[in-house]
Amino acid sequence: MDVIKEDQVLDCTGMLCPMPVVKTTKAMKELQSGQILKMIATDPGAPPDMEAWSRQTGNELLRSTTENGKFVFYLKKK
Amino acid sequence: MSKSDPNAPKRLALIASKGTLDWAYPPFILASAAGAMGWEVGIFFTFYGLTLLKPKLSAAVTPLGNPAMPMKMPFGPEGFQNINWPIPQLIMANVPGFNALATTLMKQTFENKGVATVEELRQMCIDLDVRMIGCQMTMDVFGFKREDFIKECEIGGAATFLEYAADADVQLFI
Repeated sequence: MDVIKEDQVLDCTGMLCPMPVVKTTKAMKELQSGQILKMIATDPGAPPDMEAWSRQTGNELLRSTTENGKFVFYLKKK
Repeated sequence: MSKSDPNAPKRLALIASKGTLDWAYPPFILASAAGAMGWEVGIFFTFYGLTLLKPKLSAAVTPLGNPAMPMKMPFGPEGFQNINWPIPQLIMANVPGFNALATTLMKQTFENKGVATVEELRQMCIDLDVRMIGCQMTMDVFGFKREDFIKECEIGGAATFLEYAADADVQLFI
């Protein structure tokens, strides 16, 4: 897998719904178009929720994966 | 903005009609999630739900008449925490302070699991420009005044909410 270089990291470890989605939105506001946010979460609801969030907001979910038992998302600001 | 505008964001219209701790969560969770997805959100707070607009929230929860509520302890080993205590309704009703205890236990469990407090969720909704409408009729009935509620809310009636909900993609009564 290609390495994706993120511009910003957001750690939502330990947070439950809807915090990862809300925090991601806040973090994305600080980025420029085309920049990439790496978001880390432990909530098992995060993978389907981040896919829905991506479809609804138009910010591309480049990759949804797991690292060290955590869910990791790479999101590109539209 | 209405749906006649093809570029309008999706809209969520909620009615929050209950003021207990367990029922305070769904409207604020859905509203903040929708706001985070770029949707327009409005919540109409009516009857007991109106108390969720007070500056200081005192939402409590009771297992009385609420038989599906799990009675669990937020401390101790995992096996202990997973026990669902079979406390008869008649006993709960006769123990002074049982509601306060149940409320404390639920708040502690939620904190342990990483759930935001109702206050935090409401603040997130405010930050996401969720429109909050307090029910004028409920204010009149229960003797509330405008200054009893947070400044971020507006006051309106059924027509105010219905006009907003008419153009919504999702409408839910909670």
